[in-house]
Amino acid sequence: MSHFDVAAAAVQAALDAGARYADARVMHRRYESMFARNGDVEELTQSEDAGIGVRALVGSSWGFYAVPDLSDGAARAAGGRAAKIAAASARVPGPAADLVPVQARTASWSSECVIDPLSVPLSDKGDLLVHATKTMREHGADQAEGLYHIWDTEKWFVSSEGHRIDQRIRECGGGIASIAVGDGEVQRRSYPADRGQYGTRGWEMVESLDLGAHAARIADESRALLTAPPCPAGETTLILGDEQMALQIHESVGHAIELDRILGWEAAFAGTSWLDLNQLGSLHYGSELMNITIDPTLPGALGSFGFDDEGTPAARRHAVKEGRWVGVLAGRDSAAVAGLDYAGSVRADGWARLPMVRMTNVGLEPGPHTLDEMIAATDDGVYMDTNRSWSIDDRRLNFQFGCEIGWEIKNGRRGRMLRNPTYTGIGPVFWRSMDMLSSEVVPWGTPNCGKGQPGQIGHTGHPAAPARFQNVRVGVRG
Amino acid sequence: MSIELAQRVLGMVPAGVEAEVFVDHMARALTRFANSFIHQNVADATTTVRLRLHADGRTASGATTVTTDEGLRGLVSRTLDAARLCPPDAGWPGLAPPAALASEGNWNEETAKASPEARADRVRAFVDAAGGLETAGYCRTLHWSAAFANSAGQVVTGRTAEVAMDGIARVEGADGTARVASGRLSDVDGAVLGARAAAKARAGAGAVELPPGRYEVVLEATAVVDVLHNLSLYGFNGKAYNERQSFAEPGAQQLDAAVTLVDDPLGDTGLGIPFDAEGTPKRPVEFVSGGVTQAVAHDRRTAAEAGGESTGHAGLGVRTRGALPVNLGLMPGPAASSVEAGAVIDPAAASLVAGVERGLLVTDLWYTRVLDPKSLVVTGLTRNGVWLIEDGELTRPVRNFRFTQSYPQALGPGAVLGVGGQATVFPDPWGIAWWTAPALRLASWNFTGGASG
Repeated sequence: MSHFDVAAAAVQAALDAGARYADARVMHRRYESMFARNGDVEELTQSEDAGIGVRALVGSSWGFYAVPDLSDGAARAAGGRAAKIAAASARVPGPAADLVPVQARTASWSSECVIDPLSVPLSDKGDLLVHATKTMREHGADQAEGLYHIWDTEKWFVSSEGHRIDQRIRECGGGIASIAVGDGEVQRRSYPADRGQYGTRGWEMVESLDLGAHAARIADESRALLTAPPCPAGETTLILGDEQMALQIHESVGHAIELDRILGWEAAFAGTSWLDLNQLGSLHYGSELMNITIDPTLPGALGSFGFDDEGTPAARRHAVKEGRWVGVLAGRDSAAVAGLDYAGSVRADGWARLPMVRMTNVGLEPGPHTLDEMIAATDDGVYMDTNRSWSIDDRRLNFQFGCEIGWEIKNGRRGRMLRNPTYTGIGPVFWRSMDMLSSEVVPWGTPNCGKGQPGQIGHTGHPAAPARFQNVRVGVRG
Repeated sequence: MSIELAQRVLGMVPAGVEAEVFVDHMARALTRFANSFIHQNVADATTTVRLRLHADGRTASGATTVTTDEGLRGLVSRTLDAARLCPPDAGWPGLAPPAALASEGNWNEETAKASPEARADRVRAFVDAAGGLETAGYCRTLHWSAAFANSAGQVVTGRTAEVAMDGIARVEGADGTARVASGRLSDVDGAVLGARAAAKARAGAGAVELPPGRYEVVLEATAVVDVLHNLSLYGFNGKAYNERQSFAEPGAQQLDAAVTLVDDPLGDTGLGIPFDAEGTPKRPVEFVSGGVTQAVAHDRRTAAEAGGESTGHAGLGVRTRGALPVNLGLMPGPAASSVEAGAVIDPAAASLVAGVERGLLVTDLWYTRVLDPKSLVVTGLTRNGVWLIEDGELTRPVRNFRFTQSYPQALGPGAVLGVGGQATVFPDPWGIAWWTAPALRLASWNFTGGASG
């Protein structure tokens, strides 16, 4: 039996057991990671998983069941079990459920990949990390770390509406970090970001980072941070680097525009959203420089795909246009509840997890400035870069972020290095204060977005550029 | 079956190669509700085989869910190939020697076999008990069995079963919560939890904003879980300790004398598999006794680096994050039965609230992130209810705060004004871990921002 046949058998079994809609995903994933510390490879992990997850809609109630067994019998049993679980859900039923229409398709899609990352010799990959971590040690790192991750995912999707879609998505990336231990505190510098940079690309993604070339610099910076003055406390003009901007977008825009949160479906755990659907199309989210798109079609970005896990083809749309909130991340059922006519943002972390609303690539369109212009135009402020900590409330309003490094800006010039830079604010107030935005957009990848119960890890992309904000509270300390 | 699978894989490994195999079978079912109806209802049953090999001085590990002969041979072959290509592993600590388990784990048949209907009925009871308030949350059951075998002759099996329920009720912008974990299905009563969450939500309506600053606090047991979690992840993590990134100094009086922290998956309320990923038997480990730091958690590698022995805390999956306690509990203080808990205050917190002249009662700490791992300065927010305490009484609900606080400093000598007399087991919000906590009265907590910024 082909994987499509297995998925079709599961769907049919769910229908036979009373489902009015069912879909199934067969997935096969291979994963490899390497972690090096202080010039040695400390851990190499390779894993493989394969299975089928079946979703069934009985009346207005959903059920989901998954097994790591791709036999016809196991698939049929899983389909029946999903329908049985859906029937149990009807003991606490919700309002009538519907799905926004999606044209049934037979399609195939693969992400771009120049160098298959799993075929690159382990010794080459190890040499890269060993060299970079040795260099950091030689430049004063107390702990020098390097890592990469590779995911190779194949999936076959079948729905009772006639979808038959297969996709292969290869993702990889990596990074390095230098840790300097001082008297009572620890400083960290990483490149290109904490946990690295990732995309739906082959090993060429890691090669393009040129990790070794940045090892000495970040080790030097981590040591220098131990004696740098602390970020001053108060309100000031804040310039954020593109990597921190990616996190700012992720936390204070990406999660806020998830329709399941807006509808209250995540109220008990991840939280809700400050956004009210009645204001979709009219709410002033940020300044006119703020143009944010939801775009899973971006080649090479980490949140890219051909079709989401409900079979909706990837499509670009605005979430925020010239500062106005105009779009959400939606699935077929949540869109129907909200009265919207589009979905396309539903994905699952593997075959054993229920597809749910997730970010794709949510990011900024380029602005008219450059980072140098922003610094030159700032008399008194702070420039911060590279995320170190992130915390935001359950409505995605009140945030506090910490960066690895900051610099004083005085009279249009970058001055002293600052340690422990933090800033805090309220999402829409902050975004409305953005008065300069760079054209230097980088498609940052976030491979560790947690959501859902049981927990799921999502891979999301965030095109981001440096930006300037006014009257921001910085230097919050314990 | 799991042990046969483990031994089958071990049999595929060539002679002379050190090998360890961990097979686990996790059947997890989770019924989730929001807007007072079940909107997600999921289950999966997954067997995972994890293999670690050490050949010619080099180490590699792999895992698969493909348990056919071909799948298992592929796992062994890939992992051997990987080991050959890895640089020498000078820190290889060797395999765990044969050692008997102290227990096979806490197991309950009724919990392990709980049906979707049993979970849905608990949700129904939670929703009904909330008296018309909007509700959300989950009821989860899982059974987890594991087998371990290594080429040094250690062979062990164990199993556990768990039920957990966690929910909120909502009214006029206020959320109230109730949650619990147990090995026994009969311990989880949706009606009790739903009524409690609703009472707290009603008492939280009309909250006012207070200025940020330092306040005396009573952390309800639910909030103490976050303190335990961060102490485990950053403080008692043997890898962080070896790298001098932890505050822990064994032998030093670092916390208040009222603080005793014990990791124990084997006691009456313990949950989890009774051995770690390296086959080392679990045992109760006292990390802090009377405020004096006693130990940090080690797997075999971090123990070897520190010149000690494994404490049985090797984790599954990626081991580079270090060895962590995942059953950490704060020992309760003396029982105080004379104070009436009422509908709002957690029974474990009632006697502590009675002693506060002016302070805050905090239900949950949320989205906490570490600003500096060594001093363990954490920022986060309050959630699911904050109340002003005046002269031992709750006088009004308060809007949520942001805080920035060193956790060891908050628990430091002289800073703990009371530990509740009753501890509850709570599920970890993310992973497979459990925390046992009473309420805690602390002299000072640094609230650095209000709800409006």
